[in-house]
Amino acid sequence: MISIKNLHAGIEEKEILKGFSLDIKAGEIHAIMGPNGTGKSTLASTLAGRKTYEVTAGEVQFNGKDLLDMEADERAREGLFLAFQYPVEIPGVSTTNFMRAAIAEKRKHHGLAPMEAKEFLVLMREKMALVEIDKQFMSRSLNEGFSGGEKKRNEIFQMAMLNPLLSILDETDSGLDIDALRIVANGVNKLRTKDNAFLIITHYQRLLEYIVPDFVHVMYDGRIVKSGGKELAMELEEKGYDWIKEENIVQ
Amino acid sequence: MLQDNDKILEDATNSEYKWGFSSPIDQEFAAKGLNEEVIRFISGRKDEPAWMLDWRLSAFEAWKKMKQPKWQNVTFPDINFQEIIYYAATRKKPTINSLDELDPEIRKTYDKLGIPIKEQEMLAGVAVDYVMDSESVFTTFKSQLAEKGVIFCSISEAVKDHPELIKKYLGSVVPVRDNYYAALNAAVFSDGSFVYIPKGVRCPMELSTYFRINAENTGQFERTLIIAEEGSYVSYLEGCTAPKRDENQLHAAVVELITMDDAEIKYSTVQNWYPGDKNGKGGIYNFVTKRGLCQGKRSKISWTQVETGSAITWKYPSCVLKGDNSIGEFYSVAVTNNFQQADTGTKMIHIGKNTRSRIVSKGISAGSSQNSYRGQVQIQKTAENAYNYSQCDSMLMTDHSGAHTFPYIDVKNSTAKVEHEATTSKIGEDMLFYCNQRGLSDEEAVNIIVNGFCKEVFKELPMEFAVEAQKLLQISLENSVG
Ligand SMILES: Nc1ncnc2c1ncn2[C@@H]1O[C@H](COP(=O)(O)OP(=O)(O)O)[C@@H](O)[C@H]1O
Ligand SMILES: [Mg+2]
Repeated sequence: MISIKNLHAGIEEKEILKGFSLDIKAGEIHAIMGPNGTGKSTLASTLAGRKTYEVTAGEVQFNGKDLLDMEADERAREGLFLAFQYPVEIPGVSTTNFMRAAIAEKRKHHGLAPMEAKEFLVLMREKMALVEIDKQFMSRSLNEGFSGGEKKRNEIFQMAMLNPLLSILDETDSGLDIDALRIVANGVNKLRTKDNAFLIITHYQRLLEYIVPDFVHVMYDGRIVKSGGKELAMELEEKGYDWIKEENIVQ
Repeated sequence: MLQDNDKILEDATNSEYKWGFSSPIDQEFAAKGLNEEVIRFISGRKDEPAWMLDWRLSAFEAWKKMKQPKWQNVTFPDINFQEIIYYAATRKKPTINSLDELDPEIRKTYDKLGIPIKEQEMLAGVAVDYVMDSESVFTTFKSQLAEKGVIFCSISEAVKDHPELIKKYLGSVVPVRDNYYAALNAAVFSDGSFVYIPKGVRCPMELSTYFRINAENTGQFERTLIIAEEGSYVSYLEGCTAPKRDENQLHAAVVELITMDDAEIKYSTVQNWYPGDKNGKGGIYNFVTKRGLCQGKRSKISWTQVETGSAITWKYPSCVLKGDNSIGEFYSVAVTNNFQQADTGTKMIHIGKNTRSRIVSKGISAGSSQNSYRGQVQIQKTAENAYNYSQCDSMLMTDHSGAHTFPYIDVKNSTAKVEHEATTSKIGEDMLFYCNQRGLSDEEAVNIIVNGFCKEVFKELPMEFAVEAQKLLQISLENSVG
């Protein structure tokens, strides 16, 4: 699905990603954990094509294509989705209209005609139920006046609507109460198929009690320093990140 | 009936877009320049009664003593009023078939726009008056309206057929001496629309006028007068376009609205006069006086405008809230790009008790353009418990465009309540990236964000107009990101 090799990226003179490599196959769920400021969001943004970050070395293959060669919008239409750590508010634009535009663009990209209004509504209803989101959120301005948890749930709703190949969830769990956490996890579990993949960035092990990852990676100072199965998450929860830091300073 | 409908549908879907033309129509012109002779010529061509000519001539006398106003936040060279042709009209009424000589550039733009073609409007049940240069070309649905007692005709016809109404109301809201361009208009006005809604009648369809400047070196000076009698209602739409020309052309219109007790007029404009080219060459000078008088108690006048065109726009659709409990509203989207300048806003003059007004202005500046909101809220001594709410939001698309807000508030009654809010924003990188991440290109992202920004205004527009306005906005802002 995606193959990231020796990715270096950053802003101006500061390198943030320092040789990040990772392979994710279809059907897999990977989790990335790591202390704050280690470059997790930068990784997510860089993969999604945010121009703030300049890629200085490395390559990324996504579904057989050169990801770094594509603009952000094209990457999205090719099936890469990012659930934002801090979703943006767009005044006057309803989630419904936003999704209608996004789906139309994606379909156009894949040579499909725009979705019929009726089909779109059915899809909306189905996905709203999936993330237990109320209808009233659909007509309100996107993310405007939404609570932290509502914004995150709206991200998962959009993910469900767009049905991406690879979904990157950037700390979707932070700021969620236990019910919201369960809903988000449930959404991911139901959307999971053998053809798609998830990269779940999280600071805590909590979410991984609900979404069981195939692999857990520890990220520190811009690269993966340790990989393992789901038990690695437990270990991190117990011991914290300090031992990782020490280990890597010693190196 | 069914067959008719099929035919209309078929024609509507097969017909080519017919409005983007700069047409070589056989026209007759007044001599260039402005003098008494020209005014007599115009009046004579229209077979006007003597009182109308006298009115024009006195306006001309007044105008000669006035000076071009300079207080607007716009710059342009002095206009030479002797270089303008004040009257251009077809020798023969054109039939629809003769309207298909198209400038390919304009045609492209119009194809993109999908601006209402006549057939579509007929399907939508909109009655249309079409004014080209100095004359009204046709008014559809006249007989259907007549059944309800609604008069919808060109102002020239009204002068002949309804002199008592014209004598009573013309110049009653915008007096001849109101301002320089209003006086000029009174002297040389060529055509425009007249609407009269009798007592208790809800106009059965949207009324619409489509203004068009076609001829070169010609000014357009239309005049519109709408009277809503007690308890009546009308929604009126106005659209305008002009061919591309290298010289600037002057458009100085006057619109007067009057509502009696419990009457309501909703006036919507989508203004898309030629804005000039990328380097600021050419374009229309749009100097317009629009004013509504809420004469009656509980009456309401609502202006909605979407301004994307013109090299320079200078207009302040206003409401004089004379009747107790009357309501004035102003909803505006003004978009400027390249070297366009817009100085637009409104005046709300509260005279009656419990009068209320609401102003929502959205200014979008792209390129090197300058966009000014100028609004005046005046609460007079008599206006007990008057209330005004103003909201002025500006959006900047580039670093070298400008947004300016000039709110004037003048309160002479201490029971009044006036609220004003203003914001200026730029489309942030984070917003663009968020949209990009959902698969929207920069252009589409800007489009959706701008539409969201303008939503409060668009929702005031009748459906078909709102769609048109959105498309217009998109075209006006094309390639403006960065
Ligand atoms: N746009 C930016 N401008 C300046 N510094 C940045 C920017 N993005 C990230 N950084 C810095 O890069 C480091 C990694 O940040 P981030 O990727 O957000 O980490 P994480 O998501 O793991 O907490 C931090 O030191 C952060 O301050
Ligand atoms: Mg982060």
